[in-house]
Amino acid sequence: MEEKEKHSLTNHSYSVYIIVWLALLTFTAITVAVAGINFGNATIAIALIIASIKTYLVLTIFMHLKIENNTFKVFIIIAIFFLIVTFVLLFSDYSNI
Amino acid sequence: MADNSIAISSKGHESYIDHKGKHSGLLGWIFSTDHKRIAILYLVAISSWFLIAVLLGFLIRLELLTPGETIVGAQTYNAFFTLHGIIMVFLFVIPAIPAIFGNFFLPIMLGAKDVAFPRLNLFSWYLYIIGGIFVIIAIFLPGGAPDSGWTFYIPYSIRTSTNMIFTLSAAFILGFSSIVTGLNFIVTIHRMRAPGMSWFRMPLFPWALYATGWIQVLVTPIIGITLLLIIVERVFRVGLFDPSLGGDPVLYQHLFWIYSHPAVYIMAVPAMGVITEIITVYSHKTIFGYKAIAFSSLAIALFGSLVWGHHMFSAGMSDTANFIFSLLTFLVAIPSAIKVFNWTATLYKGSIDLEPPMLYGLAFIFLFTIGGLTGIMLGTLSLDIHLTDTTFVVGHFHYVIFGTTGFAFIGGLYHWFPKMFGRTYNKKLAKISFWILLVGFNILYFPMFVMGWLGMPRRSYDYLPEYQSYHVISTIGSWILILALIIIVYTFIKALRSGERTHEMNYCGGETLEWKVETPPTHENFDEIPVITGGPYDYKQNELESEVE
Amino acid sequence: MSSEGNVAVHVHRDDEATKLGMWLFLFTELTLFGGLFLIYAVYRFTHQADFHIAAQNMDTFIGALNTIILLTSSLTMVLSITAIRRGSKKLSLLFQGITIFFGFIFLLNKYFEWSHEIHLGNFPGSEILLSKSQGDILFFGLYYVMTGLHGLHVIIGMIVIAIMMRFTLKNVITRNNNIKLEVAGLYWHLIDIIWIFLFPLFYLIS
Repeated sequence: MEEKEKHSLTNHSYSVYIIVWLALLTFTAITVAVAGINFGNATIAIALIIASIKTYLVLTIFMHLKIENNTFKVFIIIAIFFLIVTFVLLFSDYSNI
Repeated sequence: MADNSIAISSKGHESYIDHKGKHSGLLGWIFSTDHKRIAILYLVAISSWFLIAVLLGFLIRLELLTPGETIVGAQTYNAFFTLHGIIMVFLFVIPAIPAIFGNFFLPIMLGAKDVAFPRLNLFSWYLYIIGGIFVIIAIFLPGGAPDSGWTFYIPYSIRTSTNMIFTLSAAFILGFSSIVTGLNFIVTIHRMRAPGMSWFRMPLFPWALYATGWIQVLVTPIIGITLLLIIVERVFRVGLFDPSLGGDPVLYQHLFWIYSHPAVYIMAVPAMGVITEIITVYSHKTIFGYKAIAFSSLAIALFGSLVWGHHMFSAGMSDTANFIFSLLTFLVAIPSAIKVFNWTATLYKGSIDLEPPMLYGLAFIFLFTIGGLTGIMLGTLSLDIHLTDTTFVVGHFHYVIFGTTGFAFIGGLYHWFPKMFGRTYNKKLAKISFWILLVGFNILYFPMFVMGWLGMPRRSYDYLPEYQSYHVISTIGSWILILALIIIVYTFIKALRSGERTHEMNYCGGETLEWKVETPPTHENFDEIPVITGGPYDYKQNELESEVE
Repeated sequence: MSSEGNVAVHVHRDDEATKLGMWLFLFTELTLFGGLFLIYAVYRFTHQADFHIAAQNMDTFIGALNTIILLTSSLTMVLSITAIRRGSKKLSLLFQGITIFFGFIFLLNKYFEWSHEIHLGNFPGSEILLSKSQGDILFFGLYYVMTGLHGLHVIIGMIVIAIMMRFTLKNVITRNNNIKLEVAGLYWHLIDIIWIFLFPLFYLIS
């Protein structure tokens, strides 16, 4: 337990968090800038991809998922998998293929 | 340290019922964080609601005895079936097995002293009680009892002038209570297993609760937000589902069933867990296909979350969706069948004791098979168009829900009652009432298949005279079933008040950990945490040992 | 004896279980908002043009500003955990205070934004909104419900962090026992993540 805490301390110093924060701000700027350009249907896809990247950064670094054991990672995968499958199945009704 | 351990073992033989905590009397129960006491609190509350809902069911059947008005008007009839559904689903079937048997036996079966979050556990009981109070308010407030059906379909739930807001809030709060229980169990199973108890040395009831816990955590919030949205829509006229504001009522049905179909498995999977324990104990034989049963629980949880659309085949979904949901529905049959085959294989060459719990276990397999097969009929697109919204559906889900969860609940109570209360019940009475219940059950629900097939719509107040003979049979069945329930309740109350006291630890030859603790269990369950060295159902080893002796 | 006592305390306190419990709770929040995102996705799909036009009412600048505020508050939240683990109680308290302050600014912006929309008549049940297209009604319905629910979570998060500040002051949260602060942080970050998705869906689709 003690060892793990020390481990996590060395992994994430103040500077790591500040770098991640700067990255998040950059992505925000990019997504706002890109929104001005018209890519048609791809616009929303690009916005969601950028949001996913930002989420990934928050999850792994700010929420310490990177240094947690595998149980937590499996948990997250289950939850996200459930949401995505629900979206896909729901759209099997609306997409009119 | 040494002083401490002596203190524990000297206190060790005082049962959780006699244990003196911070508070005494009633306060000692309603402020207790002991998982066993919370289970008893749930038992009292849930059983009371069950009996109220049974009474409503009895009244529904009585009204349908003759065409037209028999005892009440149409509006009251609508309120009856709505409340029967809401109370049965949210206040009885969903919490019954996890909150009572799960709370009581999960920590003991894992070799733990309590669940991971004891205070949260008590909190979930309070949420349950508050939810129940909201239902009572919704019934008696001027405006009238809810009449939208337990499914709260749009636009009924938006247009009706009855007390929808309290009803919806009740369902929301009860959902929250269910989430807290599920969350608690998942963490308990991950973190509190006794040393040496690997995942595959865990009994199968905890496995079932684990699968259920995941369904509870992931899908319950979706109905929570959906019901909240109806409230918001009613109060602020926010356009979300109401077609006059551009909303899509079919989308509401999607969101409702995204929760409410998996909720069927929140009801059924723990019941299957109970039955697994009962069958292996009273066959005195190691469970057949341990891993298959464990994984089939997870598979049911997974597939069960993906089949909600089969409630909406006639709602106007796209053909693609109809096709996909029908296919997935058939897939759920696989893990369900795996369980049934494993139970029957366990019975094969077992030395079967026809004790009351085992009778319920066997009836469970029989009724679940009928319920499951009629479910496959309903999952077939072409048949469903014919059968949807008929009493065939009502018959089907009563076979599945009452026949599984209801029977597992009563059977489980017989199975564990002496362990929980340290008293024995009248076995003869239990067996007689079982047969009456089984007969009454089939007379009550089987005619529904027949008249549904012939076109009798469900939730209908009036009907054509040609259906009356089936309705009469069904109503007579309800009287037989209620007679059985009265005898069952009498059996338990008599056992509680004047049943013979017993301290026999293992009165049925079980192998899991609850048979290795005191009867009734002590406050701490175990004097010292056990170390597990083998699988949960080592009947063979015992047989060998007794042969050597 | 004292070291033994410490061991006992350590065994009793299962940080791992607390974190697992918190993550599971976050999943319930995730699917709670997930239900709303499902509705949003369907209506946006069936009323694309209307959503496009309705979103032009949104002020991208305020949205982007609020994104930056919330991201920064996430940073200060995580820094407060690092600070307490390095033993500087004061610094941790300062960071927690700043986090609450950012939450407050976020809500203030939200307040101005909502009152602007209400001033324009874009609120549920208003005659002006009801006379617009169905897509507009749905867009604003979802806008108020989703940002409103999110705002409610911000308020709850601020209250939780305020309680954590009290715990830190009273030395309930210390260098070696900071799991409470950590799970409070998890909650705050989830609020941030939800906003990361709300922002493009409401402000960047015009």
